[in-house]
Amino acid sequence: MGNSRKLIQLSTQDNVAVACQALQQGEILDFNEEEFLIEKAVTLGHKIALKDIALGEKILKYGIAIGSATQAIKKGEQVHIHNMKSDFIPTYIID
Amino acid sequence: MELKGYIRQDGKKGIRNVVLVVYLVECAHFVASEIATPFKKLGVQLLGFGGCYPNAYADKVVNQLCTHSNVGGVLLVSLGCESFNRMKLAKAIEASGRPVETLVIQENGGTLPTIEKGQTWIKSTLELLKETPTIYIGLEDLIVGTICGGSDATSGITANPAVGLAFDKLVANKGIAIFEETGEMIGCADHIISRAKRPELGKEIEKSLNKAAQYYTIMGHGSFAPGNADGGLSTIEEKSLGAYSKSGSAPISGLIKPGDVPKESGLYLMDVVPDGEPRFGFPNINDNSEIIELIASGCHLILFTTGRGSVVGSAISPVIKVCANPETYRRMSGDMDVNAGKALDLDHSLPEVADEIYDKILEVASGKPSVSEQLGHQEFVITYKTFEPIGPSCLV
Repeated sequence: MGNSRKLIQLSTQDNVAVACQALQQGEILDFNEEEFLIEKAVTLGHKIALKDIALGEKILKYGIAIGSATQAIKKGEQVHIHNMKSDFIPTYIID
Repeated sequence: MELKGYIRQDGKKGIRNVVLVVYLVECAHFVASEIATPFKKLGVQLLGFGGCYPNAYADKVVNQLCTHSNVGGVLLVSLGCESFNRMKLAKAIEASGRPVETLVIQENGGTLPTIEKGQTWIKSTLELLKETPTIYIGLEDLIVGTICGGSDATSGITANPAVGLAFDKLVANKGIAIFEETGEMIGCADHIISRAKRPELGKEIEKSLNKAAQYYTIMGHGSFAPGNADGGLSTIEEKSLGAYSKSGSAPISGLIKPGDVPKESGLYLMDVVPDGEPRFGFPNINDNSEIIELIASGCHLILFTTGRGSVVGSAISPVIKVCANPETYRRMSGDMDVNAGKALDLDHSLPEVADEIYDKILEVASGKPSVSEQLGHQEFVITYKTFEPIGPSCLV
């Protein structure tokens, strides 16, 4: 892909963006006229916080809540099962 | 924009003019297939219900398919001792003004004589259908359905939201759009209900979502797999939203069940989960069982989003393949109509892909074959199910 997009924000109300490709640790991204430091490498489909998110705050993707933060999340940090949870059914994974 | 279509005697307007050869039990499948095969490239398609025991759902679906707007004529092939009510079906097709013939294998001397009679009927019917009157049709005459299959991490960020935007445009232009998969909407309920045009409809939608959740629990079919988390999905509601984004943002005008055909412009949700206790297994055993239900509800064409890469098409209505993943597109471009994965590229955007999908709808509706249609894909499957009629608040 020539001019590949790194992040996509699916709705203007969202507080997370989705990685469109693998992002490297330490990478600095320009997105929405802001700079984002990627603290941990993520692969396509994973979410990055677009702003600081408080404990208990709803995570918005597609403009809709996909769960709540279980701890404070910093802008640029990955948002996933380690720092957010479902508001409906707990997510189980195989360790 | 005006498109050319076919007008049926019952007033339905189609974008294709196919002849169906329909077997009414698996025992008649081979004979029906032999009749249809030589004429495949001339628009003759095979369809059928394999079961010998009667089922009101299958009866309704087959009836709706045989009188679909894209269908010009029907040959019914019966073994003779199956339970399907072929007389009622033939009468309904006749009443719709479409040419129909019933061949009972047991009364026609078996395999070879039935094939010969069937092919003779097909030849004369193909001649007859050349005279089918054509008319200009508008978007208000068009019914478009959507499903997703073989999804991956890209489905929910490219193809599905792009189809949602295309649906918004279709509904804004007075078309009818149908989405389904109530079994994969856990966590979206409040949002879906808030989109219902009427509060009573919202209650009906809520009931159907609760039914779906209960049904899948009994079937032991968990929706969130560990692979989903690897792909970046964190919660069941996030996964559901990826599929749900195909519905766009238009208000929901009605709730239908397979075989119910919406009449007014708008966006409709199809409830595909059977009513009552789980009886015949999973609600939809594969993608084509969903596609055929959308077609039984009048869909002229289907938007099929795929990330990993499905190749299927369908009998009766063209399937437009919207590929979510640019890598998959590179590997399987010969099976895809739209490369939605390019929305991941900075030079492209979701609205641009949505416009491409919309233009593809018009192109295929105007007669140009979709890729799967061109390749000859005509998959179908009709299963056993049980449904109660829809409630009075579902369709207005």
